[in-house]
Amino acid sequence: MKVGGGVVFNLLKQFVKKVLGDLFAKKKHVKIGLYGPPNGGKTTLANRICKDWLGEEMGTVSNIAHETREINIKEQISIESKGRQLSFNLVDTPGIATKIDYEDFVKVGMSDTAAKKRAKEATKGVIDAIKWLDEMDIVIVVLDGTKDPYSQVNITIIGNLQARKIPVLIIANKIDLRKASLKKVQSAFPQYSVVGISAKYGKNIEEFYESLFVLAG
Amino acid sequence: MVTLQFVPYTEIESLSSIGRIRKLLNITKQNKIVLLQGRLRSDEEAELIKTTMEEINKDFTGIELAVISPHRDTTGVKKLKYNVMNMVLGDRQGLTIIGPASLVKQIKKDPHKIELFMDQKKIRKKGKR
Repeated sequence: MKVGGGVVFNLLKQFVKKVLGDLFAKKKHVKIGLYGPPNGGKTTLANRICKDWLGEEMGTVSNIAHETREINIKEQISIESKGRQLSFNLVDTPGIATKIDYEDFVKVGMSDTAAKKRAKEATKGVIDAIKWLDEMDIVIVVLDGTKDPYSQVNITIIGNLQARKIPVLIIANKIDLRKASLKKVQSAFPQYSVVGISAKYGKNIEEFYESLFVLAG
Repeated sequence: MVTLQFVPYTEIESLSSIGRIRKLLNITKQNKIVLLQGRLRSDEEAELIKTTMEEINKDFTGIELAVISPHRDTTGVKKLKYNVMNMVLGDRQGLTIIGPASLVKQIKKDPHKIELFMDQKKIRKKGKR
């Protein structure tokens, strides 16, 4: 059977279109999740990424724990470095905790009603964050570099990501503070890449983006 | 007074994941600190946190949790030996500590020691009852 040049060309065109289409379709749906304990700086980092590449912030931050109580998604973020491009949807999750006491919110000046509401929403937020683990393609675990990295919440999050074979990048945030220790975080998780940053001031943010490219392959 | 309840691995070995979590949470909700021989799987630990969150109310504000697993970070032959032992015997190496957040304020841990910081006021209140 003789196959015409036009047919071969069309087949080739379809093949290239399919491969490239699949490639871009896959890229379009890459979800990068920000996980970690409350007040580690997940939303501050999300805001930094969004400000750097979209020119707008993603969510509100606060010194009071559990400010983020719902899953927030920012779609179609494209970052570039050294001629490479990475497109993803960024998922900011509520901080994962093992205890939530509304009285802790009252102690920082909230009314009883507002504190109870915040506590209730925060518990739901933790449940949602855990449920969403399965949806992630890559996870950035954001830890407060001034705090004890050996907390069981950190170990449980990372253990679950390891079991699900989800690539992980650990961020030791708040390295602008004197109490912060990148070494302590690195020694707690020696098998992972740990990058020390200050999401608030943008310190070392280039290394963070570079690590993200390495992780995404 | 603080009550520590030891739970040998054999007591949870045959239970389902939900059964294990239920058993450990029920003890914790009686204001006791659980000392579990071994550890839960990581997905069970996540499920424990989820279930804890579902049950938080005025009287139960959550848990403090810590796991000491001395051989987890080993490499090479030691790691292989550890994994084989886990496969055969279950994850019974190490120790899991679960306490009610109303009594245990914080569990501090590094690879060599573990410290429980208790809420003295709550313990005194409980002792008076």
